[in-house]
Amino acid sequence: MAMLEVKDLHVAFPRGKHDEVEALRGVSLTLEKGERLGVVGESGAGKSMLAFAILNLIAEPGRVSHGTVKFNGENLLDLSERKIRDIRGNRISMIFQDPMVTLNPVLSIGVQMMETLRAHRKISDKEARALCVAKLKEVAIPSAESRLDAYPHELSGGLRQRVVIAIALLTDPEIIIADEPTTALDVTIQAEIMALILKLCREKDVALILITHDLGVVAEVTEKLMIMYAGKCVETGPTRQIIDTPQHPYASGLLKALPQHAGRGTRLYQIPGSMPPITNLPKGCTYHPRCDFATQRCHGGEPDLVNGVACYNPLTSDPATGTETKTEAET
Amino acid sequence: MITWRGFLKRFLADPVAIGAGIVLLVLVLMAVLAPLIAPQNPYDLMQLDIMDSEMPPSWIPGGDDRFLLGTDAQGRGVLSTIMYGTGISLLIGIGAVIVQGILGITLGLIAGYKGGWVDSFLMRLADIQMSLSTLMIAIIVLALFQAAFDASVYADYAIFMLILIIGIAEWPKFARTVRSSVLGEKNKEYVDAARVIGLPARKVMWGHILPNTLTPVLVISTIQVAEAIMTEAALSFLGLGMPVDRPSLGSLIRSGFEFVFSGQYWITFYPALVLIALVLALNLLGDWLRDVLNPKLRRGED
Amino acid sequence: MHILAFLIRRAIQAVIVMFVISIIGFSIQDNLGDPLRELVGQSVSEAERQTLRDELGLNDPFLVQYGRFLGNAVQGDLGTSYFFKRPALDVIMDKFPATFELVLGATFIFLALSIPGGIYCAINREKFLAKAIMTGSIIGISVPVFLTAIFMVWIFGVELQWLPAFGRGETVEMPWGWDTGFLTIDGLAHLILPSIALSSIMLPLFIRLIRAEMMEAMGTDYVRFAKAKGLSTARVRYVHAFRNTLLPVVTVGGLMIGTLIAYTILTETVFQWPGMGFLFLEAVNRVDTPLIIAYIIVVGLIFVVVNTLVDFIYTLINPMVKLPGAKS
Repeated sequence: MAMLEVKDLHVAFPRGKHDEVEALRGVSLTLEKGERLGVVGESGAGKSMLAFAILNLIAEPGRVSHGTVKFNGENLLDLSERKIRDIRGNRISMIFQDPMVTLNPVLSIGVQMMETLRAHRKISDKEARALCVAKLKEVAIPSAESRLDAYPHELSGGLRQRVVIAIALLTDPEIIIADEPTTALDVTIQAEIMALILKLCREKDVALILITHDLGVVAEVTEKLMIMYAGKCVETGPTRQIIDTPQHPYASGLLKALPQHAGRGTRLYQIPGSMPPITNLPKGCTYHPRCDFATQRCHGGEPDLVNGVACYNPLTSDPATGTETKTEAET
Repeated sequence: MITWRGFLKRFLADPVAIGAGIVLLVLVLMAVLAPLIAPQNPYDLMQLDIMDSEMPPSWIPGGDDRFLLGTDAQGRGVLSTIMYGTGISLLIGIGAVIVQGILGITLGLIAGYKGGWVDSFLMRLADIQMSLSTLMIAIIVLALFQAAFDASVYADYAIFMLILIIGIAEWPKFARTVRSSVLGEKNKEYVDAARVIGLPARKVMWGHILPNTLTPVLVISTIQVAEAIMTEAALSFLGLGMPVDRPSLGSLIRSGFEFVFSGQYWITFYPALVLIALVLALNLLGDWLRDVLNPKLRRGED
Repeated sequence: MHILAFLIRRAIQAVIVMFVISIIGFSIQDNLGDPLRELVGQSVSEAERQTLRDELGLNDPFLVQYGRFLGNAVQGDLGTSYFFKRPALDVIMDKFPATFELVLGATFIFLALSIPGGIYCAINREKFLAKAIMTGSIIGISVPVFLTAIFMVWIFGVELQWLPAFGRGETVEMPWGWDTGFLTIDGLAHLILPSIALSSIMLPLFIRLIRAEMMEAMGTDYVRFAKAKGLSTARVRYVHAFRNTLLPVVTVGGLMIGTLIAYTILTETVFQWPGMGFLFLEAVNRVDTPLIIAYIIVVGLIFVVVNTLVDFIYTLINPMVKLPGAKS
């Protein structure tokens, strides 16, 4: 049994009085202890929705309409509010995208760290403080003691994200879900923060779900990869394998769009069109309007995820370059 | 922006807006047509008879068919005084908002367009004036005015004083709104373009920026009329506003107040009801306008 | 150090405001009514009047007269009331406890109701009660304070006779000369209707404000993060979200002080409440100039003090503003 097993997860939002739209349309994943999974897709693909749904934190009026999230065999979606609170921030922590708005502006760093500890541990003030300082040191925050009394606005974005990471690690969680943890940061700091997350996860054998739109980062950090499109997983498998030999045309397109794949002087590849909004999905395979390989069958029905890919015409396992030349020849 | 057709459609789809619109229309018509439709002219001393005083509404024993809502202490029909009084309240409310608008829009445009110390000075002044509260300023100024002048002199100028004081005291509301929309519009291309072809600053402001700030101005105008009518009513109730022989709704309420204790509630009650209906209708319409014309605010609310 | 700089800054501002108010007060004294007539009546010859004017210093240059006025004012001498024949400041201060206790009662009512009401409406937006409260609040905003007061007098005082609707009732004098109505049942009963009336405009405004701010806070990332940390619902709502609504509430509260003082005049008039506002209107009707000036100056002082207090509270609860207006 895997540590975390998400099965056929659906998230729905009301549209009008009686109708609903689905933002997440049946996503499954498994995560073993210490394993690192990358979730990649364009914005609006449902990546963050997945993250929040795992902790049953979908904001109203949205709701998890179907599926299970089994953590060590226990379905988190069945738990009472009190019970799931013991999991949140304790055994499964989150790191949010924008550290400028993740921390409460009117509470000091110390308060925001210690309240997390106190929610999950019976611990004296003194011990809590010592532990917080220790964690701040682990995330390489200089003069950690004095930072406890500081307020978020007194810290830079990079430092704030380090504080958020320290909070996520406070209770020695088994899983960390990091939702685009570096997107909002300065480019110069992004690599630093990513390296820090990777180092800490390795040291403590913490599993990581890294949500990002950056395939480059995923390649460096994760072992497993899941590519999402319009609320569904279109391809999943070992990171290395997908990056070397993508099967889904969308995965292949994303990889080709990476700058390092373009030769000197050639134009950057761009997938034509844009992802449809969840309120207006095309019939058939949701990717077919943008797909170079779409056939009549793709217009008819949506393909299921078979052998890690949801496509009627998966690309053959040629080296990535092989398929690329083929597409370019057609355009 | 929204088209007239879309605007009308939204209006007709909202029962609250329709209700408020009808109430407002009826009250305005009643006030404008008062000289034609009022049962008597309460200002015409010849028509008044002291024998008619303090009569209850006509459906209560002791009432008289000539006076549907009863009479006050001077024998004036309450219905007629309400019709005339609503007119005076509306006149002061609208007059004051026109003064506010002229002052506020001008100063707001200048503050937003010029920026720098002019802007800081005007906005600081606006802050101070807002925190002093219009009602407090008006009470003190009118109290002094009344103490300094003879009652009959005061009665002649009361209406102008009220319009001016409420108008001057409330300019910051308009100025702030206009200033912020000017700041929003200021850096758009068409303003630059106007400046580039050499139009003078004043023309750019009035001709180009002003039309774009009209939407928020319309929204606050409605609510400001309601506010001004309430302020005027409060001042008249304190005896600092309209005199009893040219009563607004506030002075009518004042003149009936002492009779509440002896059971002649109608002298105060019906003007009070009309005042509440008028202010509520304006407030509801103002809220509705804001929802329709400013989708951003609406989303924040929902 | 920060606190000291803040206090000095505010003290300077307060002095400027009080200086402006004193000029207004002085010009009123200079132009309103004739102190000679009040003192000696009409039957004195012109020559005698002139000597009297000289003796009283009424022919001195403007600045000398103003200096004298200011000097007296600083020592608490704001002239003698024509009507009461007593120092104007004493007359006002006698009425201060009544107004203060009325404001205290109203503040208690609207804080006790608007905070839970606003939070409730923000959290249970779709519930019937929340919608009813929101509808009620727009009606509440549209009913002027003096009408609420009149209706309360009429319904609860005259028709039902449940509660007293006039005056303060029985009061107890405290050792330091403060007349309080808080210590007797009768005094408290008299306080109920006026305080409710006075709070009736603030209440809907604050319910709407707290609801809007609370809703905004509940949708922020830091509240989501607080939930993701596994904190209790109560802590998320009241420590994380509600703490952030306090800043705008305090700001608006500060802006409402002037309005609140104005409303005390209205409320006191309807309930014949023997406070400063009621006294002020009587003074206006009697053209009791020293009393009018004393009221304006006392109200100005209250305004300045409360505003400083509000700013001070604001800096205490807002970690982002250590020093308003000062360069950090």
